[in-house]
Amino acid sequence: MEARRHVLSVTVENEPGVLSRVAGLFSGRGFNIESLNVGPTLEKGVSQMTITTTGDDFIIEQIVKQLRKLVMTIKVKDLTEVKSVEREMVLIKVNAEDSRRAEILRIVDIFRCKVVDVSQEELTIEVTGDQGKIKAIINMLQRFGIKDIARTGTVAMKRSMQD
Amino acid sequence: MELTGAQILLECLKREGVDVLFGFPGGAVIDIYDELPNHPLKHVLVRHEQGAIHAADGYARATGKAGVCLVTSGPGATNTVTGIATAYMDSIPVVIFTGQVPTPLIGNDAFQEVDIVGITRPCTKHNYLVKDVRDLAMTIRRAFYLARSGRPGPVLVDLPKDVQQAVTEFVYPNDEQIRMRSYNPTVKPNKRQLKKVVDLVRQAEKPVIYAGGGVISAEASEDLTWLAKRLNIPVTATLMGLGCFPADDPLWLGMLGMHGTYAANRAIQDSDLIMAVGARFDDRVTGKIAEFAPKAKLVHVDIDPTSIQKNVTVDVPIVAECGQALKGLRELVEKEGESLNNDEARIGWAKQTVDWELEHPLRYAPAKAGEPIKPQFVVEKIYELTKGEAIITTEVGQNQMWAAQFYGFTKPRTFITSGGLGTMGYGFPAAIGAQMAFPDKLVIDVAGDGSIQMNIQELATAVCHNLPVKIVILNNGYLGMVRQWQELFYERNYCATCMDAQPDFVRLAESYGAAGYRVEREEDVEVVLKEAFAVDKPAIVDVRVSKEENVYPMVPAGKSLTEMLLV
Repeated sequence: MEARRHVLSVTVENEPGVLSRVAGLFSGRGFNIESLNVGPTLEKGVSQMTITTTGDDFIIEQIVKQLRKLVMTIKVKDLTEVKSVEREMVLIKVNAEDSRRAEILRIVDIFRCKVVDVSQEELTIEVTGDQGKIKAIINMLQRFGIKDIARTGTVAMKRSMQD
Repeated sequence: MELTGAQILLECLKREGVDVLFGFPGGAVIDIYDELPNHPLKHVLVRHEQGAIHAADGYARATGKAGVCLVTSGPGATNTVTGIATAYMDSIPVVIFTGQVPTPLIGNDAFQEVDIVGITRPCTKHNYLVKDVRDLAMTIRRAFYLARSGRPGPVLVDLPKDVQQAVTEFVYPNDEQIRMRSYNPTVKPNKRQLKKVVDLVRQAEKPVIYAGGGVISAEASEDLTWLAKRLNIPVTATLMGLGCFPADDPLWLGMLGMHGTYAANRAIQDSDLIMAVGARFDDRVTGKIAEFAPKAKLVHVDIDPTSIQKNVTVDVPIVAECGQALKGLRELVEKEGESLNNDEARIGWAKQTVDWELEHPLRYAPAKAGEPIKPQFVVEKIYELTKGEAIITTEVGQNQMWAAQFYGFTKPRTFITSGGLGTMGYGFPAAIGAQMAFPDKLVIDVAGDGSIQMNIQELATAVCHNLPVKIVILNNGYLGMVRQWQELFYERNYCATCMDAQPDFVRLAESYGAAGYRVEREEDVEVVLKEAFAVDKPAIVDVRVSKEENVYPMVPAGKSLTEMLLV
């Protein structure tokens, strides 16, 4: 069986320790976490986690079941199985000496990102997009010298219209 | 009614039907102990917190009720971790109350502070730190609800000292209030899946039932036994499942797995249908997983969906409480009438398994005149003298396997042993718990000389509470199971397994106020056991057994069940 990247959306009761319980489940059972993102939902006391992980079908089935087994878990959805929207936000601080600044700004434009901080030597760029876009822009900016990077990890949601 | 946190705890315990509390006091739980004399609860003062948790676990296994223990913060709490993990691995309902430093001091490395909720997160079903006395009653109710329902397990409640002292209006939450939308174990089986099982049974020529501890915890032995007999299906069980099917029945194959019987392992490997009920395909059971039951279709009944498809691929998964699933099957089978069991092939299969039993029964070379006593002989004698009516607990290692092999368990909850975790030092405190639950029953801990020394201090507890637990030490002067592995797989490099400095167990027992006996000749075994069983106080029987006796059959770790080493 082939290992694939999966995006899991996990709804949990927002009790103390719930994050460490989820993270501990992954580390304790030798599962891989690529990113883990938590935030409140519209409902008070309920949080939404987006977890990206890799594994073959067998491992993903175990991960989903083990997550469901946690007493505080309300719902687990594997968004890989349905059409979904995925986004990550990344802040990239890149070298930007005068001679190359215009080129960088062109890339920012093409990728529809935003410059959120500027100095004589550097630009800080905010980019939001799916994995492909993030990978592409990091690739493009690498040759200028990326000095720092901060990523939120993926958040995801099922699309409204499903066939 | 306004009560302190300590009073609320004891009030809740009373309403949960708790009658025994195993514990050890300390500064962080002194408020609860201060209240204790005002309540009808029996408190068993152990000598080490590990004893408290194992005793609570033994009580739970013997009764089916939740076991409860109370310990102080810091070292008191950490001393229970082995016992919590033991209960977790074997799905035993235990509720653990730990004291905690006052809430303003939490996180400050205060005296005797430890993050026990963090430490026990991976080995509890759930755990709580109560920060507000107003949440206390609800938390305790939920702790018991979680411990007992679904797949049972240990639940820990951490109680800061100021929460125990704070006062609030006591309201006992009702059943509806404690339900959680995030926790809904599937208890009822899917009927379509059950029908599939019946269809598979109809087609099967060589079916086997493989039962585990889930059958016992679901009180489902009777339905399992009915089905096996009605359908003429041979039964094997895991270590945890022993007692769920009567060992004196012709369909009984004995335990399967690493130290299982030849008949059970052969039957599994040859079968065309395995009905696994409340068992989890542990590596000690399956041997080399790729070669496990190659010809069989698999039915797996378990209340925990994570157990299904974890180790083996299953044809018919049934997520349900074993009792409900077996009842459902029973109803279907009753409707089917005679069509399910009169097939000739099936009768031949049952006969074949009996032939295997006769071909390679559990056996050992009896001691010749002047030779040391055989440990298996001692277990057989215990069985003979108790007629299978005793509650047997064990330590871990060879003693445990011999008890499992040579004592014929006919009833559930009569064999109490640490299966999943393999906790040395478990058996004696667990026996104390079982004896507290059943003061009039004979409770015997079958022990090794290594294991018993891990919690021997609980002799004081047994003496103090007048619990006439019997400890039969199969004393071979070795950490026997490790020595056996060293002999078979490590060229007899007996590194660190010889227990050459030993206490005089007889005088040790006597020094605690218990009775002590030593047996060195086979002909004395029966007399001494009889005397020890009759004496009205705890007793140690130190039986000097053959030093290099091994447990057979044995499937070496990682080998397939067909690769058994026989005697």
